[in-house]
Amino acid sequence: MDFEDTPEEAAFRAEARAWLDANAKLRNPDEPPMGMLEEEGGGGVKRAQQWQAKKADAGWACITWPKEYGGRAASSIQSVIWNQEEGRYRTPPSIFGIGQGMLGPTIMTHGTQEQKDRYIQPMLRGEEIWCQLFSEPAAGSDLAGLRTTAVKDGDDWVVNGQKIWTTGAQFCKWGMIVTRTDPHAVKHAGITYFIVDMESPGVEIRPIKQIAGASGFNEVFFTDCRIPDKNRVGAVNDGWRGAITTLMNERSSIGAGGGGAGVKDLLRLAKQCKRNGRPAIEDSSVRQQIADFYIRTKGLSYTGSRTLTAISKGTTPGPESSIGKLVGAPLRQQMAAFAMDLQGAAGSLVNQDAAEEGIWQLAWLGAPGMRLAGGTDEILRNIVSERVLGLPSEMRADKGVAFSDIPTGS
Amino acid sequence: MNFDFSEEQKLLQKTARDFLADQAPLSLARAVMESDNKYSEELWKETAEMGWLGATIPEEYGGAGFGYLELALLAQEVGRSLAPIPFSSSVYLASEAIIAFGSDDQKKKYLTRLAAGDAIGTVAIAEGPGELGLESVETRFEAGKLTGKKTPVPDGDIADLIVVLAKTAAGTALVIVDGDAGVDKKSLESIDPTRAMGQLTFDGAPAELLGADGEGAAQAEKILDRAAVLMAFEQIGTAERAFDITKEYTLGRYAFGRPIASFQAIKHRLADLYTSIVLATSNAYYGAWALENSSDELGTAACAARVNATEALELAGEEIIQMHGGVGFTWEYDCHMFYRRSKLTGLVLGSAAEWREKLIQRLEAAA
Repeated sequence: MDFEDTPEEAAFRAEARAWLDANAKLRNPDEPPMGMLEEEGGGGVKRAQQWQAKKADAGWACITWPKEYGGRAASSIQSVIWNQEEGRYRTPPSIFGIGQGMLGPTIMTHGTQEQKDRYIQPMLRGEEIWCQLFSEPAAGSDLAGLRTTAVKDGDDWVVNGQKIWTTGAQFCKWGMIVTRTDPHAVKHAGITYFIVDMESPGVEIRPIKQIAGASGFNEVFFTDCRIPDKNRVGAVNDGWRGAITTLMNERSSIGAGGGGAGVKDLLRLAKQCKRNGRPAIEDSSVRQQIADFYIRTKGLSYTGSRTLTAISKGTTPGPESSIGKLVGAPLRQQMAAFAMDLQGAAGSLVNQDAAEEGIWQLAWLGAPGMRLAGGTDEILRNIVSERVLGLPSEMRADKGVAFSDIPTGS
Repeated sequence: MNFDFSEEQKLLQKTARDFLADQAPLSLARAVMESDNKYSEELWKETAEMGWLGATIPEEYGGAGFGYLELALLAQEVGRSLAPIPFSSSVYLASEAIIAFGSDDQKKKYLTRLAAGDAIGTVAIAEGPGELGLESVETRFEAGKLTGKKTPVPDGDIADLIVVLAKTAAGTALVIVDGDAGVDKKSLESIDPTRAMGQLTFDGAPAELLGADGEGAAQAEKILDRAAVLMAFEQIGTAERAFDITKEYTLGRYAFGRPIASFQAIKHRLADLYTSIVLATSNAYYGAWALENSSDELGTAACAARVNATEALELAGEEIIQMHGGVGFTWEYDCHMFYRRSKLTGLVLGSAAEWREKLIQRLEAAA
């Protein structure tokens, strides 16, 4: 039992570090990673694209992709090592993750040769950015309940409907969209998957302002938007298969929890703030609570180490890898709320008016989103109980029912 | 990154699991609970023959010379079987104290007996309700004699060899007492009758120093840290068994025409219990790593392992009864044995609240 790289891993890390040293600046460990795109305007996209092209030229883009697509067929542990190392440098935040991580592999698996030839290279180089058009206002956790329709018209499909929670749609050239093509089939059997040009007529993108003020997501409206049939991925009405491939490639945030304020900051804050006329850190309930946060944080971090160990050995990570967000997101919310409580009335202030520039308030405002995005707490508990523990799935009122006959409540 | 046990270690664990499945079914713990026996002498002898009682005792003193990683996995299996033996007291506490602080003569004299299972050992610290106040013990050691009362002492009533934390002219010290010489041993009734609990009264009992006079509290703290990690593995083993039994029951129990394990009200709670055990296991792994490598982080790692394992097992102990419904609180079903064990193991080394406090003190000291 140890935390060391194997000799092969150490060699790969050294190779990655050598290239990064020559091409990027180290980040001060206390300095947060480079900021969100939206705060940086269009310049952020350009910088991210330049960095991606540089990586691509040197063979450090999409390293897990097969060599025939420009990757280096890197192992999962090499991918983790690369991400750890790149994270140590001042590099632009990646805006290509959804395309490169999820959609690219879907096209490689289900796409036509023509699609692979056309889309994969610009995706790898970051020249074209991609978004994923899955969720709808009435189809979130129950994605297969989607209602956006695609109707065949000559060589085209005509798409109408609304997608939501689309990350980065405003920067994207292409999207991958799941649509309803047969409302009379049972819900999973009437879905078709397409590549859609986000600049084509009939596509309207509206940013969604979140509770913390930022707009990371969008609503995307489709009104008689035409998609050529050659952009179809997989067979007609067989799109659910492709959608599953996409979702299976959704990266679990292995070893996450590094970013943001932590227990150390809470201890400092508890020394500065008073309770009962004395530093709050002398209050027993404060001490008990911070201890609990520390223990859960460490538990998550070491669980990440166990997952990495499995990856390093080339085995599938054990079931313990599935609990990261289920524990991490509520923990973050509770820690932020606790920090605000320590500040008392001043805990209500935000941004420059708040202590420590409002990092805790920002975390508190962002935390509810973390508990919902990429699988709600409740869906994650279903996943753990069904896929990890093997418990029976929920009884479904829509099983075997044609999509058009499923009750919608409206 | 290799944050896992080796294949050899896992094989040892598998052997232990199979052995205990055979030799220590839950009916063995029940038999102890329903009799006047304080432990299973037969199982105690068998574990001695397997070499477990001397797991980390060096071979020159009759032990197996394993590392802590091996002992941690044995502890997990002992916990999984609810084994009704004084394993934790004798192995994690008494033997560890003598390995850490004993003179060569003391090691020769005591460790060989402990490894062979000829003597049951324990460590006596508590002196009544409240925290384990290491600096404020009243039991007094002077001129080779020990006077005072220790209560409750895990396995104290069946112990042959007792390491006692006592007050001395120099502060505090650990001393070794022969359980058969000048000690009044009384059995106490505890929430968990599958394990022994005693009260020890010393009236000028002959005793000998273990380690340095004046260092007793510091030495006891080190022993408690080590024991906390090992006990965490034992607790996790117990929690895993409770989880398995609970899951099995919810799959087989039908209500409203379906297995109750298909209701989200049950599924989500099983997911939460599973999650709690996973986190506790990860913290226990780190504790084992710190113990095996004598890391500076053992102090904080032990606290995290202790608290998290206690929380996970207490949750498992509550849920096994709740999810069994009415039969869960009958004497006949085994659920209560887990509920009882969960609280006993959560208390004997000091409550979770004490360990959370200790954790913050150590984080402050390290800052």
